[in-house]
Amino acid sequence: MSLYTRRIWTNRTGIALSMLAMAFGLAALMWILWTLFSNGFAALSWDFFTQDTPAPGSEGGGLRNAIVGSLMIIGVTTLVSTPIGILAGIYLAEFGTTSKFAATTRFVTDIMLSAPSIVVGLFVYALVVATLGGFSGWSGSLALSLIAIPVVVRTTENMLLLVPSSLREAAFAIGAPRWQVSLKVTLRAVKAGVVTGILLAIARVTGETAPLLFTALNNQFYSTDMSQPMGNLPVVIFQFAMSPYDNWVSLAWGGALLIALLVLGINVIARVLFRKKSSD
Amino acid sequence: MSEVAPPVDLHASQVRKFKIQDMFFHQVTLVFAFIVLAALAGILVSLAIEAMPALKQFGPGFLWSNVWSVPDDEFGALSAIYGTVVTSVIALVIAVPVSFGIALFLTETCPVWLRRPLGMAIELLAGVPSIIYGIWGLFVFAPLFAAHVQPSLQAFFDGAPMIGSWFAGPPIGIGILTAGIVLSLMVIPFVASVMRDVFETVPAPLKESAYGIGCTTWEVVVNVVLPYTRVGVIGGIMLGLGRALGETMAVTFVIGNANRIVGSLFAPGTSIASTLANEFGEADPGLHISSLFALGLVLFVITFIVLAISRWLIQRGVNKQGK
Repeated sequence: MSLYTRRIWTNRTGIALSMLAMAFGLAALMWILWTLFSNGFAALSWDFFTQDTPAPGSEGGGLRNAIVGSLMIIGVTTLVSTPIGILAGIYLAEFGTTSKFAATTRFVTDIMLSAPSIVVGLFVYALVVATLGGFSGWSGSLALSLIAIPVVVRTTENMLLLVPSSLREAAFAIGAPRWQVSLKVTLRAVKAGVVTGILLAIARVTGETAPLLFTALNNQFYSTDMSQPMGNLPVVIFQFAMSPYDNWVSLAWGGALLIALLVLGINVIARVLFRKKSSD
Repeated sequence: MSEVAPPVDLHASQVRKFKIQDMFFHQVTLVFAFIVLAALAGILVSLAIEAMPALKQFGPGFLWSNVWSVPDDEFGALSAIYGTVVTSVIALVIAVPVSFGIALFLTETCPVWLRRPLGMAIELLAGVPSIIYGIWGLFVFAPLFAAHVQPSLQAFFDGAPMIGSWFAGPPIGIGILTAGIVLSLMVIPFVASVMRDVFETVPAPLKESAYGIGCTTWEVVVNVVLPYTRVGVIGGIMLGLGRALGETMAVTFVIGNANRIVGSLFAPGTSIASTLANEFGEADPGLHISSLFALGLVLFVITFIVLAISRWLIQRGVNKQGK
């Protein structure tokens, strides 16, 4: 075989393997989604949304308490992490471009973005659950906030850094104080990007299970009291999927589908929103 | 300069007011940035405090003692560390070549109109919550794997020195190898998107000159793109490793949760994160819970180091752009 044909064949093999890798990735996505949809839709019914999680061995049941609990925990998480994340992001972009402290914070935020979420659960357990005596929805929200905040901080900072400095200078030139420039000019200019960051943070925490295991725990009954253990979708899915009861496993699939639809939906909305705004 | 000056006291007081407001605003944002920093320090400190009783009891031997016995109050981290490391290594062995292929395809050979949708599909794969990988692995992948793949792997490697024992034992579907494979599916999107991003930083003239002297696509990628982006690619792999080490749900469902070390990859095992997920809720206060905190501390320190290296490398890889 001549050098030329060998090179051609090496190239063809390489390209074919790379296409195979792409096909493998897509096939995995399709396979996971397909089983999720086929098993999940079978579980969805009116009862699924209106009844509470069933006792061991009993028939039927739904996930009402877990859905409500998840929504409340995530709602509080969003309310807590949005202002903290945005203000910390403003600090990094507007005041801390050169300081050591800002560089350290930036580094720590990046680590926190990928840090094992179960460790965050341990931390909140040691800090809140063990000291204040008991699992609660609040502590679940706290754990999720620690995961959501870095996402908001980094997107806010990255977006603010994209604002042309002429915009800032124009505002300064007409005598606006720094806080007005930050809040009313630059932040407003990147509103879509910041909202995208918040949506991605919500999507990220919606599926998080590990940090809720030791904080919000679970609650078999309907409860809107955030100071008590609270039912939530991820932990219910975890417990029910591992159980020997058929109706529990089926409910777990339904819950998994619900979470996946929510997370993928938010992801798609965030992308569309961001692309529309940034192409204007 | 004879224009009418503004009423001086009003102007000055306005400026003073703005100055105070600005200082206040600066301090407020600083405090919030500090909260983020304090959270990480707090995690380290609180884990260390809670882990103290176990670390005092077992000393550094905690790291390499292969005993995890709740009734005897004897705890060692080795079996969990073993499971964590082996599953992560399996995940990377599968994920790195596949991610490289995906990144190569997306940056070099993919038709332009397909790049965005395919890239988005890979990013969606990254967005799927890990518990869904876990439940899929347990109910769909593990049974199929046990029925069709494990017996043939066993037959193929039967009698082979060393490697044969890796595939020994009953093919039950659940175990270290399955956990590693499910983990690899989780890690691929992260590694692939970092690789794609750093591949895109290669200046077009560099690639074009290689194409110009008659290089094939494969040669361009191996001899131009890879050397240029080496640092960033390794950073992406480390990011994937960091993810794999700390992953909880995808592993807990399929690893089998047995606190022992068996040479076979088919055998059930445990990882640090899955031990925590399984035992923490029912652990008795005292040495057991303290040992679990010590495991958490070990995990956090390992992932912290891996992620720190990864961030440093990716940063260097991206900064090269334009230099």
